[in-house]
Amino acid sequence: MIANRKVLTDNMVARIEALAPRYPTKQALTLPALHIVHDELRHVPLDAVVEIAQLLDLAPAQVQDTLTFYQFFYQDKPHGKVRAFVCRSISCALRGGEQVLDHLCEKAGIKPGETTADGSLTVEPAECLGACDFAPCMLAGDDLHKDLTPEKADAFLEAVRGRTS
Amino acid sequence: MTNTESFEPVLLEAVGIENGGTLEQYRSRGGYAPLEKLLAEKQPADVVEMVKSSGLRGRGGAGFMTGVKWTFLPKDHPGPVYFCVNADESEPGTFNNRILMEDDPHQILEGTIISAFATRASTAYIYLRYEYPQSWNSLQAAIDEAYAAGYLGQNIRGSGFSLDIYLHRGAAAYICGEETGLIESLEGKRAWPRIKPPFPAIEGAFHKPTVVNNIETMACVAQIARRGVEWFRSIGIPADPNNPRDPGSYGPKLYCLSGHVEKPGCYEAPLGITARELIDRFGGGVWKGRRAKAVIPGGISMGVMTENELDTPLDFAGPGRVGCLGLGTAAVVVVDETVSIVDFLHNSCRFFAHESCGQCTPCREGTSWSLRMLERIRAGKGRLKDLDLLAEIGSTMGMMPGSTICGLADGAAWPIKNCIAKFRDEFEEYIKQTNPTGYMETDPVPALPIVTAH
Repeated sequence: MIANRKVLTDNMVARIEALAPRYPTKQALTLPALHIVHDELRHVPLDAVVEIAQLLDLAPAQVQDTLTFYQFFYQDKPHGKVRAFVCRSISCALRGGEQVLDHLCEKAGIKPGETTADGSLTVEPAECLGACDFAPCMLAGDDLHKDLTPEKADAFLEAVRGRTS
Repeated sequence: MTNTESFEPVLLEAVGIENGGTLEQYRSRGGYAPLEKLLAEKQPADVVEMVKSSGLRGRGGAGFMTGVKWTFLPKDHPGPVYFCVNADESEPGTFNNRILMEDDPHQILEGTIISAFATRASTAYIYLRYEYPQSWNSLQAAIDEAYAAGYLGQNIRGSGFSLDIYLHRGAAAYICGEETGLIESLEGKRAWPRIKPPFPAIEGAFHKPTVVNNIETMACVAQIARRGVEWFRSIGIPADPNNPRDPGSYGPKLYCLSGHVEKPGCYEAPLGITARELIDRFGGGVWKGRRAKAVIPGGISMGVMTENELDTPLDFAGPGRVGCLGLGTAAVVVVDETVSIVDFLHNSCRFFAHESCGQCTPCREGTSWSLRMLERIRAGKGRLKDLDLLAEIGSTMGMMPGSTICGLADGAAWPIKNCIAKFRDEFEEYIKQTNPTGYMETDPVPALPIVTAH
């Protein structure tokens, strides 16, 4: 066991270890472990990478390699309390997805990919979210926002601000 | 052959039924009875033969014969054999797996259990893309129900066959849909596709024999077990008797229709429906009474058809006859006449530049430079020579067998190749209008910094 963990809580470690019987190697727990930490902290700081590596008998470089490949995990600082992916792939782009993305970012006072100053919201352009039947669409947390319009984007932004103020 | 008019949805039979995704509801529709019968009466080899003789071709994009893929597993391997279900559905325009997982997860599980039995796998992983939280919830609920009912776990329904199914969450990378990229990702590594051979059937996940099949393929397996090989073969386009290499296009298919149509959605039809019929009868026509300019036949990597090519049947062989890469995922995206083909191709190039994993030079450089050129053209600095360069990228990137490890470069090249070949006049006109003083220049020019890809 690891003495003096700085980032991983006992609960996180227990959840990671509970998945171990599912896989024949410890390395296969890398993505599940990154998700468990990222879900809770909204980023995976370097200390957590080292601790995950120790837990899985890996070199930190192996975990860091996987982490950075996906461009999904934040590392230096957490993403906003709400992370919204606005689709910019073809089916959404054809129905105004990029305009909605620009509108949302402008109203939130950020550029695509940035987090608002109060830390309430991160807006990212996303490739196809697989909901082209509801284009343009946005995934925020577990919620799929369908058939987006600038008005719906405004309402979303208000709800986010209301939730966190 | 079943004609399109009288065809009743099978794969989508649960859609629109209240609580259609529950175990109870699935069983009331005849679900899991075929599995029990098969486990009691058949050997794995019989099931492989059943799927092989059905003519089922993989629904994930490549269209390889599913039963034949299973026969590549070594006969005398001590195991374990791993079964992976590819639910990394990320091809732009494609969402049929999402609908199957959300609305009828037990159909997927039954198909997976049957397929794992056939391939002697005792562990199956469903690799699910991060962007599908609802699918995760519905699949996990169904897995829990299936364990409780004895359809998963040790000694399934007293048959002696045991199987565990686990969900594995991806992290938003298109390349994980490539089967060896998926395996690398499952193993906890960066999702760099592997050089083949060895193919996964010989050495796949965790160095063991592995099968990777798509979600819709699993649904087809469940329906073949329930309704029979003859039923499956009565639907679709039969093999060309004059072409011994044509395996035909049998069975129902989920077509994802999106973009500029009145009614976007996932529609089930016999393989071989034409793009025009799909758009007009299911999609309510091109939206706002407009005309189609270009139509993607099966996900953006398959290239584009023109309006004149819309009578192409969407079976495995059809799109290739009009210069497209193939049927792909059968995701049909309609682009109306008001859209600039320059903007369309820019969107495609941006996607592939973003999703190239960077492992192979032709793909990493080709996708990046095609995007840079499109950025420059859209910034009013295009030259006619750029079209020759784009055409060159489109006809070389990934085309030489073995020059790239996986098919991503091929898929990135095809929209470029098709767009330049089929819409060259529009590109030339755009370049002349937006760069009236410089369109004839041929000297090298610096690339603009890319601001829209990351």
